[in-house]
Amino acid sequence: MSAELPAGRSTGWWGMVLFVTTEATLFACLLGSYFYLRFQNGPQWPPDGIANPALLRPLLMTAVLVPSSLPMIWAERGLRRGRLWRVRAGMATSMLLGLTFLGLQATEYAELLTEFTLTTNAYGSLFYVITGFHGLHVLIGATMIGWVLTATRGGLDARRHDRVRNVAIYWHFVDIVWLGILFTVYLSPWL
Amino acid sequence: MDTPAAGADPTDRERLAENWTERPSLRSWLTTVDHKRIGRRYLVTAGFFFALAGISALLMRTQLANPGSDLLSPQQYNQLFTMHGTAMIFLFATPMLFGFGNFLVPLMIGSRDMAFPRLNAFGYWVFLFAGLFMWASLPFGAAPNGGWFAYVPLTSVQDSPGLHLDVYTLGLLFLGISTTAGAINFIVTALKMRAPGMSLNRMPLFVWAIVATAFMVIFALPALNVDNAMLFLDRRFGAGFFDPAAGGNVLLWQHLFWIFGHPDVYIIVMPGLGIVSAVLPAFTRRGVVGYPLVVLAIVAIAIISFGVWAHHMFAVGLPQVSYGFFSAASSIITIPSGIQIFAWLATMLLGRLVLRTPLLFVIGFIVTFVLGGVTGAMFALTAFDQQVTDSYFVVAHFHYVLVGGALFPILAGIYYWLPKITGRMYAERLGRWAFWLVFIGMHVTFFPMHLYGLFGMPRRVYTYPAGLDWDGWNLVSTVGAYVLAVGLLLVLVGVVHAVRRGRPAPPDPWGGDTLEWSTDSPPPAYNFPVIPRVHSLHPTWDARTAESTGPGATADRILSAGRRTPLTSELDGRYERPVEMPEASGKPLVLALTLLVLFTALLFAWYPVAAAAVAVVAGTVAGWLWPGRRAEART
Ligand code: HEM
Ligand SMILES: [Cu+2]
Repeated sequence: MSAELPAGRSTGWWGMVLFVTTEATLFACLLGSYFYLRFQNGPQWPPDGIANPALLRPLLMTAVLVPSSLPMIWAERGLRRGRLWRVRAGMATSMLLGLTFLGLQATEYAELLTEFTLTTNAYGSLFYVITGFHGLHVLIGATMIGWVLTATRGGLDARRHDRVRNVAIYWHFVDIVWLGILFTVYLSPWL
Repeated sequence: MDTPAAGADPTDRERLAENWTERPSLRSWLTTVDHKRIGRRYLVTAGFFFALAGISALLMRTQLANPGSDLLSPQQYNQLFTMHGTAMIFLFATPMLFGFGNFLVPLMIGSRDMAFPRLNAFGYWVFLFAGLFMWASLPFGAAPNGGWFAYVPLTSVQDSPGLHLDVYTLGLLFLGISTTAGAINFIVTALKMRAPGMSLNRMPLFVWAIVATAFMVIFALPALNVDNAMLFLDRRFGAGFFDPAAGGNVLLWQHLFWIFGHPDVYIIVMPGLGIVSAVLPAFTRRGVVGYPLVVLAIVAIAIISFGVWAHHMFAVGLPQVSYGFFSAASSIITIPSGIQIFAWLATMLLGRLVLRTPLLFVIGFIVTFVLGGVTGAMFALTAFDQQVTDSYFVVAHFHYVLVGGALFPILAGIYYWLPKITGRMYAERLGRWAFWLVFIGMHVTFFPMHLYGLFGMPRRVYTYPAGLDWDGWNLVSTVGAYVLAVGLLLVLVGVVHAVRRGRPAPPDPWGGDTLEWSTDSPPPAYNFPVIPRVHSLHPTWDARTAESTGPGATADRILSAGRRTPLTSELDGRYERPVEMPEASGKPLVLALTLLVLFTALLFAWYPVAAAAVAVVAGTVAGWLWPGRRAEART
């Protein structure tokens, strides 16, 4: 297995960066809509009958998700040195953390859905669409990792490490977007 | 690696042909990833949707020819103008220009294919299916009926029950996949696949225009997607984004729509401007004056276009300060447009004009577009805007901009590149007839709309009473529309005639300055036997480029082992390494078909089918991206 890296950025890298850019714009539009509706709604936010979001669990979710980028970086560096085992170990850790995040989100939904739903009011719509859409992204990211883990049994090596790098970019993106959501959906009503 | 070799000798050509050519068969027809075939398909399919949208327009004009007509019912009229506008914008203008981009960008930058050929094929199939998905609703009387910008609350489920708006939201979400994929592909292709030596400041203006367009798509389209997803959730599942009773807000729709919609005007017009910049050098015998300024103007438009959306909303009552801001931005954006127009005029004044059909359409474009720009600048005056908003004056204005800014350049491009695309020359006399009929028909149709717009005729009315000074002028408009239709039919006749009977085209019938003219007409499957080396802004007018593909060309630019093309650096076009391009594949088609199943299932609320489709999508994508064995062996 050769550890030599090809010169220059690959087309795949650019493709993923642009894809993530357009996805980021999508989230920006969602969060923009959140603030727009909030400020059109008057002082009471969340609207009557809905408590301010509890913070403990989302903070825990943050603590699980955001650091999950680190094993990913470690895995990618490992591949550049030709250490396939680091790819396996690092990415598996990231995936596990991501799935934990989803588990926590599921318990959160189980509780909140008794209080309000997608159809209760615009706040409910915003809450579930934004967090749900992000959760979907975590799920897709985890699926991508699962896919790469399977592919390490086949033709991945340092020269063709594009796929690992692309999954890493996507994963970091999902993490960073979460910070925007944490601030908007969970913290901003307390401000 | 870099062992010198003598040009591309017959064995190289044979190997290239063997690696790249697809044997004609049903299978290859369904699985091709050749950007030239895909580009042609985009052009033909977008042309087909244009014809449908045009027929809708003729029906509307026939209905409006005289007062009190009852050819169409109000419901039919609503669906027709909505489908006309929606199809013209989403299924004709953008895809047509993407079609030119697909065919031309790799040829203009000296590459053998797009960066992601299979994604390209996928994008085409999605476009085709999304277009059919939307049009198929019309015969059932279930077509979208809320106008092309589908304002809520008119489009809420209470005010518009039935499938109409679900077709609209799902259709546009489906189509958005194709547009986004195409945009990413264009940017990466232009950044990484340029021939060695083609630094960014030697990239053809048409490619610049396509790249700027693609960036606008990347940043604008998500707003439309979010908007449509919210409307779908509101209508189908009772979410409350646009429902005031639930704390939602109807203006949210308009904001998101125009955050997309205004840049979209430039998404449509920008590649048209690029076509003009590509056509002019060949027919003025000189490069476009002020290349750096034109590039700056293109980039400036792409950025400023995001700052002006709310000028479509002056009539809805926004905070007073915002009027000033958006008014100013709307005025400022005329500056870069003006720069380009002056650059073209200077080019024409300083060059030797060769008045062939493509140049006629370019001149027709400049005249019409400038007139449309003038009425546009009038809207930037908020007071005037509030007066004419939603009248036929607006319809006149945006047809001057869109027909002038997109249709005329597209027609210029069809005549200009027809020899390259089909390998046949068109008949010049037929071309001129088509031009005059289209040009005169266009102005006879749309100029009177300014008048009866000012006289107060609102848009989107299926009929009107006699005696309001509207009737005579409406008849004139309708006659003009038929003249225009005959002109467009002549364009079609010209194309068919060229394909059937045209004289074979030489590689460079016009003396063009960009690389597509340096290879055969039509180009071989591998585009260039030797990837050229670029030394200047006008490679085909530059002897060094020709020399670089002659004897002594290095093996790293012949790359005849496998399906290969070089990658170069983003800014200065330095040679990096060869890449192996994917072969024909059926997965793009399978994936697009599965998405069609998914969106159809969502439309009819067959959720288990939708879930199954999602699973198939995931499986197909996983298989698609699986590291192949073949490429491995060769690298
Ligand atoms: C080729 C000849 C064309 C004719 C005769 C024509 C005619 C018309 C007419 C009569 C309307 C007004 C419907 C109404 O308000 O009652 C209309 C609307 C519209 N047209 Fe065209 N048109 C043509 C070409 C185009 C092209 C090339 C484009 C864009 C690329 C376009 C885009 C639109 C749009 C966006 C609307 C607004 C639809 C709406 O109100 O929702 N049209 N057209
Ligand atoms: Cu605008």
